[in-house]
Amino acid sequence: MTALLHVDNISKRFGGFVALDGIELEVEPGERLGLIGPNGSGKSTLVNCICGTLQNESGSVRFDGQVMDGLAAHERTHRGVARSFQLPRPFHSMTLADNLRIPLLYTVHARMGPLRSAGDLDARCHDLLEMVGLAKKAKRMPRDLTQVEMRKLELARAMAAEPKLLIADESMAGLSHSEIEDILTLLVRLSERGITIILIEHIMSAVMSFSQRLAVLVSGKKIADGKPEDVVRDPEVVRAYLGQ
Amino acid sequence: MKAMSTAKFSLTAVAIGALVMAFAHWFHVDYLFFASYTILQFIVLATAWNILGGYCGYVNFGSAAFFALGAYSSVALIKFDAEIDAWFPEGAANVLHHIFPLPIPVLILFGALVSGVVGFGMGYLTLRLRGSFFAIATLAMAVVLQTLIVNWDFVGGSRGAYIIRPDNLEFAGIEINYIEYLFALMLLLAVIALTTARVIERSQLGFGFATIRDDELAAEACGVPTLRLKLIATTLSGAFMGMAGAPFPYYIGYLQPASAFGLEYAVNSIAMPMIGGTTSWIGPLVGAILLGSAQQYATVTISSAVNLLIVGLMLVAFVIIAPNGLIGLVQERLRRKQS
Amino acid sequence: MAAMPVQARMDISFDLLINAIVAGLLLGGFYAAVTAGVSISFGMLDIVNIAHPGFIILGSYIAYFVNINYGVDPIVVSIIMLPIFFALGAFVYQVYYLSFERRGQESLRGLAFFFGLLFVTEVTLILVFGVDYRYVEASYIGPSLHFGIVDLPLRMLVPCLTALGLFAAIELFITHTFTGRAIMAVSQDQLALQLMAVDPIRIKRIAFGISIATAAVAGALLIIIQPVEPSVGREYIGRVFAICVLGGLGSMPGTLIAALLLGVVESLTATFYGPSWAPAVAFGFLLLTLAFRPAGLLGR
Repeated sequence: MTALLHVDNISKRFGGFVALDGIELEVEPGERLGLIGPNGSGKSTLVNCICGTLQNESGSVRFDGQVMDGLAAHERTHRGVARSFQLPRPFHSMTLADNLRIPLLYTVHARMGPLRSAGDLDARCHDLLEMVGLAKKAKRMPRDLTQVEMRKLELARAMAAEPKLLIADESMAGLSHSEIEDILTLLVRLSERGITIILIEHIMSAVMSFSQRLAVLVSGKKIADGKPEDVVRDPEVVRAYLGQ
Repeated sequence: MKAMSTAKFSLTAVAIGALVMAFAHWFHVDYLFFASYTILQFIVLATAWNILGGYCGYVNFGSAAFFALGAYSSVALIKFDAEIDAWFPEGAANVLHHIFPLPIPVLILFGALVSGVVGFGMGYLTLRLRGSFFAIATLAMAVVLQTLIVNWDFVGGSRGAYIIRPDNLEFAGIEINYIEYLFALMLLLAVIALTTARVIERSQLGFGFATIRDDELAAEACGVPTLRLKLIATTLSGAFMGMAGAPFPYYIGYLQPASAFGLEYAVNSIAMPMIGGTTSWIGPLVGAILLGSAQQYATVTISSAVNLLIVGLMLVAFVIIAPNGLIGLVQERLRRKQS
Repeated sequence: MAAMPVQARMDISFDLLINAIVAGLLLGGFYAAVTAGVSISFGMLDIVNIAHPGFIILGSYIAYFVNINYGVDPIVVSIIMLPIFFALGAFVYQVYYLSFERRGQESLRGLAFFFGLLFVTEVTLILVFGVDYRYVEASYIGPSLHFGIVDLPLRMLVPCLTALGLFAAIELFITHTFTGRAIMAVSQDQLALQLMAVDPIRIKRIAFGISIATAAVAGALLIIIQPVEPSVGREYIGRVFAICVLGGLGSMPGTLIAALLLGVVESLTATFYGPSWAPAVAFGFLLLTLAFRPAGLLGR
């Protein structure tokens, strides 16, 4: 089975600092991959290179059989890669519903042609907000949201783009136990629909229960990649990240 | 405000414009025409600036250059008309004489074309960089263009160019005073500019512009083709400024680079939208009318330098205190009354 | 010219060339000092202060005023003005920070703010001093040193040397004092600085104050080199940002090299094509650099 995402030996440096050093990663369609590692290990840089926000200097990124190098971020989104930002970046001059309308208009319509009328768009926005529990605040502005609610909006906006691959970048930080459960249930439901998910998290319980496979990034290098229960017992992983 | 369709809006605007024209024609005071022409010109410039600046968040400091390019493309075409016999053999010259001198509406289209192309080119070179780099590049472009024009003798260079304004225009057997003709054209341009801005605002394009202004990185991640949209904005903005500049040589009679590239165009095209309010087409309109009228009054009563100083101070004050302009203040008050 | 023997013509051209290059280097040294301030505000603090040339012209006019009325040497005036300009810079930064940086709206409104400042400065100077060119009087304006075919007008040499001195002083400050290094740190990692219990806002305020303080000296040097009138500032916007970008943002050595390069190219252009083309050189440089190599020659 050909991998949906193939990260082929990519490297990225910022001046003298090497952020990514020859990262090799494959994600199968429908897989649930967990990505962990200490702060500054390059996880966000890797996400940025996959999504096109940054361009890797060497190696290549292949998605769905096509090479993505050189493609702008919006083109990658059109092809089915979506991500949520670690620090939420809502469109602050628009309501929550309008925030979700953007990926619907610019990605879903671009991909499939305007199949939906305005009423359908509204309904879809409502459904997405319902999924993350923000339906009541559809007409509010992002500045009225709590940090936690903004993270949910981030996730909803990524989902609105109807991706084949969803990268959730630390969407659970600061959430309560039940809220984490809600997000996990949501992600599992998406996975059951066939969406491939990369979950980047520090909350080990969530990562362990969700991931079918676990990869570990330390100082720009991938030091482990395999079944979660094996990876957490790997001595190098324990030393570099899990501690004790 | 969803009610009014675009067709109704433009008809209303034209009707208001026609009323203004009739009023001005009745109380035939030439000075009123000149002053109002200037204000209409600023409505176009401010609206054009706002498409890129207010809607997308990219500041253009080179408005004067796009305006001047429109003016100088007209001058070049007018001068070309004078050289036809000298440059072309008799057969070709006769043909050309039927086409030239070009009527002003055609000059306006040329102005739009030239300034639009330059806007696109400059955008293509610099829009992939940060917003602040783009702003500096617009300043650079303005000076480069001014230097080129100053050194181009065909359009008069630094000595300037005299453009003779006919007294009247013959149209369908009626003789129209040329000043009123210019006024009518600029009025039409203002209506077109305002209508375009309003249409953009309510369309998917305007929605996309807003995401660029709010968070360009997130916009890209959502699938918005930001570079393409920015290029559209730059080209449209430049084209409208060029259109505003095209009739200017006829209006002013003697065109010098210093006046065409004058600082008051750069500052007013920024101050008027920012003081009026950048998020809607109404802002530049309000800003242009208020500031434009105030300046006309101040220039006559005090001095032109003082009135520019006041514009500058108001810009700084509004930017600090009322970032959403007068429209923003009104919206705040309405929102507070509702809750 | 056609009647002259070829050898003589070539000598004149060579003479002209060497002097144009030397003048360009002297000018470039001066440009480096002018740009040092923007290297700090734009290169390190990421603040697009396009009003910087306005402050320079302000410095020029203050030097002119004191020089004409009290006979004080313009460079001495500028040194006295250093603390005042520093305070002015700190104040402007405070307003900028409270109004824009804190609200995260620095791009559009910050630019409009500085543009407004530039404009207000220029128009105020026009109202107070008029549009006539002003110049200062000092003992070194006039005489030149001669080395063979090379002329070194003191009116350019003295500012160039002062400029290089200022430039070196700033470079030393940045690399060898705690505050200086904190300024470099704030441009790279604000969070780390906060963790070291240093207030990044205070550091930025000091940095911006220094940036404007350099404008006082640059202004005095400017009016020694050339007569000044209020709109001269706008020519310098392009030069200053061109040098900054070409030299690589925040790199002091890069700024120096770029400044010298620009000075020489401008001088050659003015000598062989005429002075009316000189403003386009800097701006043309800037456009080309932005279009093709935005990281600059020695990009960071």
